[in-house]
Amino acid sequence: MNDDGRSDISLRVNDVTHGLNVDNRTTLLDALRDALDLTGSKKGCDRGQCGACTVLLDGRRVVSCLTLAVAAEGTEITTVEGLAPDGELRPLQRAFIQLDGFQCGYCTSGQLCSAVGMLAEHAAGWPSAATVDVSADASAQELDAVEVRERMSGNLCRCGAYPSIVRAVLETADQQAVTR
Amino acid sequence: MKEFGYRRVKHVQEALALTANDTGARYLGGGTNLVDLMKDEIEAPSQLVDVRFLPLSGVREAPDGGLAIGATTSNSDAAAHPEVRRRYPALSQAVLAGASGQLRNMATVGGNLLQRTRCAYFADPSEPCNKRLPGSGCPALPGEHHNHAIFDWSRHCVATHPSDMAVALAAFDAVVHYETLDGPAEIPLSEFYLPVGDTPHRETALPPGALITAVSLPKSAACPRSRYRKVRERASYAFATVSVAAALELHDGLVGRVGIALGGVASRPWRARVAEAALHGEPFTGAGLRDAAEAELAAAKPLRDNGYKVTLARNLIVAVLTELAER
Repeated sequence: MNDDGRSDISLRVNDVTHGLNVDNRTTLLDALRDALDLTGSKKGCDRGQCGACTVLLDGRRVVSCLTLAVAAEGTEITTVEGLAPDGELRPLQRAFIQLDGFQCGYCTSGQLCSAVGMLAEHAAGWPSAATVDVSADASAQELDAVEVRERMSGNLCRCGAYPSIVRAVLETADQQAVTR
Repeated sequence: MKEFGYRRVKHVQEALALTANDTGARYLGGGTNLVDLMKDEIEAPSQLVDVRFLPLSGVREAPDGGLAIGATTSNSDAAAHPEVRRRYPALSQAVLAGASGQLRNMATVGGNLLQRTRCAYFADPSEPCNKRLPGSGCPALPGEHHNHAIFDWSRHCVATHPSDMAVALAAFDAVVHYETLDGPAEIPLSEFYLPVGDTPHRETALPPGALITAVSLPKSAACPRSRYRKVRERASYAFATVSVAAALELHDGLVGRVGIALGGVASRPWRARVAEAALHGEPFTGAGLRDAAEAELAAAKPLRDNGYKVTLARNLIVAVLTELAER
């Protein structure tokens, strides 16, 4: 039953379904953090500018601060907590640790979710603003630092760990290319 | 944020009926602009009608041999579509030059067209703004306006339209298709955005309650020899200072169809029809191109602090068209 300002919804997060009654004004970010206690997703700007709140909806990266919780019903939501469901870090996460892809760590969950989405976009052949010839199949072109910087530009890091983040993403891309 | 109702619709008629019965209702696409503005109560809809589940997604062949892009297609999917990339590459480039990967995944094509023409004063409720509160004044005119309009502004508003996608659509003669309770209708993109005049709060020619259903690209405008180039204050994820979308056909050294549009210079994509007319049918030469660009910028009226955009726009037209001609 929905009254004018609230809605009963179910959110499927990291393969678990949660029933919630939310104020329609609640962002997905606030629902994840406050109602579901999934505090990995961070609130930086709350305006879609910093990327700290990035999650995956049906595998695609979005900013959860500009997504209304009520509008996310019916999607498969993956947060940073869902990237290593069995406690086993995935290669991207290990690369961030090994290559020092963070300092304070506040942006890291957003960087990780964004990189997972970004690597899938590249594998699907999506070009970027750094791609010279958009009519060619971009998945056939190897990612380089210029491509990674452009594709990850929606994620800010106030500590300036960008060189290591780029290396970690590139190393993961190389590993994925080998296993593909 | 003000309270609002939320309805998810599956049929276009259902969406139209909801907004007809509630003039405060707004359609929700990706929400990347609308939800942001709602947080400051610059937008305060009584109801959000979520249109993302309407059967309006995807790119299909149009009857004329062009392409039709459904209104709820995400910006990402539009940019990645192989036929968009092959036949209208400047459109793919323009979409990819906008916002971030996350926002392009959320944003819809219809919503991109309807994002507000805006500047920092519009986004700041503590400042007056004729767009937000008609008659309250424009602080940008005497204030900070280095990235504002050089064409067709009025003393009521000097903000620019931030869409990159719409600039490329302008160069490709795109047509916006929409539905009202009276049935389907269409309007060329060149007439979609209203001049600022003394009503800067009225931005488009869409009738009240109209729902954009698709944007079509005519076959005649398809042009692999096309390019979008965007100049901005940082390398990525920033609005344009000046951008240009250009499509050029050459036949034995003579200019055939040429489409040129500028972004970051006006309250709407600025179709450079003066430059196009100077080039069309003539031999393509460097001198002719420079004259055409100069002729286009002759009508510019820069503000106190943005005269650099006149030089930049002229040079961008020359650089991009030169590059296209040399391919």
